[in-house]
Amino acid sequence: MAIKKFITGNFTDEAVLFPAVKKVRRAGYKIHEVFTPFPIHGLDKAMGLRDTSLHTAGFIYGITGTATAVGFITWALTIDWQLNFGGKPFFSLPAWIPITFELTVLFASVGMVLTFCYLCQMAPFVKKDHFNLRSTDDLFVIALECTDKTNESEVMIFLQSIGAKEVQVQYKETGWWLGRYDKDRKRFEKKTETVH
Amino acid sequence: MSLREQFIVPKRYNKTAIGLMAVGLLAIIALYVTHGSKNDPHEQARFWAALLHNSVYFLLVVNAAMFFICATTLAWAGWPLSFRRVMEAISTAVPVIGVICAIILFTICFGSNHELYHWADSKLVQTDKVLQWKEGFLNKGFFAGWTIFTIVSWSLLGWKMRKLSRSLDEKPVGSIEEGRKYIWKNTVWAALFIVVFALTVMSSIPWLWLMSIDAHWFSTMYSWYTFASTFVAGIALITLFVVFLKNNDYLELTNQEHLHDLGKFMFAFSIFWTYLWFSQFMLIWYSNQPEETIYFIKRIGNSAYTAPYKGIFWLMFLINFLAPLLILMTRGAKRNYTTITFMSLLILFGHWLDVYQMVFPGPSPDHVPMLLYDFAVGLGFVGLIMFVTGRALSKAPLLARNHPFVKESVIHHT
Repeated sequence: MAIKKFITGNFTDEAVLFPAVKKVRRAGYKIHEVFTPFPIHGLDKAMGLRDTSLHTAGFIYGITGTATAVGFITWALTIDWQLNFGGKPFFSLPAWIPITFELTVLFASVGMVLTFCYLCQMAPFVKKDHFNLRSTDDLFVIALECTDKTNESEVMIFLQSIGAKEVQVQYKETGWWLGRYDKDRKRFEKKTETVH
Repeated sequence: MSLREQFIVPKRYNKTAIGLMAVGLLAIIALYVTHGSKNDPHEQARFWAALLHNSVYFLLVVNAAMFFICATTLAWAGWPLSFRRVMEAISTAVPVIGVICAIILFTICFGSNHELYHWADSKLVQTDKVLQWKEGFLNKGFFAGWTIFTIVSWSLLGWKMRKLSRSLDEKPVGSIEEGRKYIWKNTVWAALFIVVFALTVMSSIPWLWLMSIDAHWFSTMYSWYTFASTFVAGIALITLFVVFLKNNDYLELTNQEHLHDLGKFMFAFSIFWTYLWFSQFMLIWYSNQPEETIYFIKRIGNSAYTAPYKGIFWLMFLINFLAPLLILMTRGAKRNYTTITFMSLLILFGHWLDVYQMVFPGPSPDHVPMLLYDFAVGLGFVGLIMFVTGRALSKAPLLARNHPFVKESVIHHT
């Protein structure tokens, strides 16, 4: 895991955030992430994120579920243990459709939830650094990653000029770690410079 | 931005509509000469079955547009408002096709030929125990009364909903209080329509009009199934008109977002239709009671001799389930005008075939009659719908601009 240097701009208004995101991209700065208290329609487009491929994964999981159900029931009822149900043929597809359907839904949903958690790096005990805790309450936070060539004061002035109420330089862990926040107090006590 | 609110019917559009109606009329005349005028009741029944199939199908499809308006009104949905006038225009065809349908139904019910409706034959009922049991429901009096009630109440409630929508064009709501009152009034009338709709299309009407062709057979799911079939076709029809108007530079405020939602409805209700068909089929297949399975033997039985409608059934299954499932699954497909137009046409045809295989095994159990006749009659009804809808579209502004929810539709985002 690497601790990197970021410049964050805090916005208090959604209506200011949108043009700000566009201006940041036009100016050529790389947006690490935008944190908002609630999902905002169209922000992904403004940030230039590509469409998620979660649904493709869901389709593949679904097909896997269908194949598993049909394959297993076929093997069980026509090869392994043939049973006569009311004179129906051993291979009687209509009777298996409900279970096939259920397994398709089960595979697709569980698979997609797990994939979603993986993509968002969410799991029990997995912890990630916060840029600003108020981004879960009433603050919109844009985080820009700094490189060696970044001119910090220029970026900070730029962020303020496009409407940021507060600009900070922060050192943050980019990955995740296992643990508990109360035992990791030190991670919150890292150096933070505030510019007013 | 200036909006082109006034639709002017293109000359070619009306010519096409009248041409299609002429084709339909010619087909009806041809069918009458080759079948309807014969002395053989079987031949006559084939003529009437073609009329019954097409008129009932297209009546239910245009009425689905009004159902869609009322369902979304009841849910206080804002997004369909940018093309609401299109649905209103389609629903003006309900009284027109309703009258045609009523004439056909009454002729079949009260005529001397009982090939289609066996239960209408009073001599036969006296010797038939099953039909005697059903007589409380399947009798001419109830059939006539309920048919008239149904068509009149659909027409009147639809007219009321359209009038409510038009009433704001001249004088917009003055205050929030007035706006609330307007929405509430809309909700109450829409709810009334839904109640009538539930008592008719969703429960009794398909039993009376279509299921009674197989007079001995019964299925409680039949009406739901018919509703799902015609509802998805209705959405397809709405989509086609929306795309047509978009192509002619109208409906500026309707965009891909709305198309996407219509596509979702088509996708979802295609699967819903399959679910209902399968639910009806599986229970009957599993319990294997002869009086119930008889219905499916003609349609999807094993041998080609006993199941002449097998090919039509599987074609329809391919069109109505597999095609929407696989083609409309992705987001891109639902936002693409070409794909959506193609799928709408396909779905309209597929469900037309669906109703075809519901009607025809009754009057023609041992072979599939010449489909082209029925298709031409269907084209006639399509022409009629085009003509009536085009007229209605040109009579009102295309945007219900004073409706309190219209902004929600303009900024709609999926």
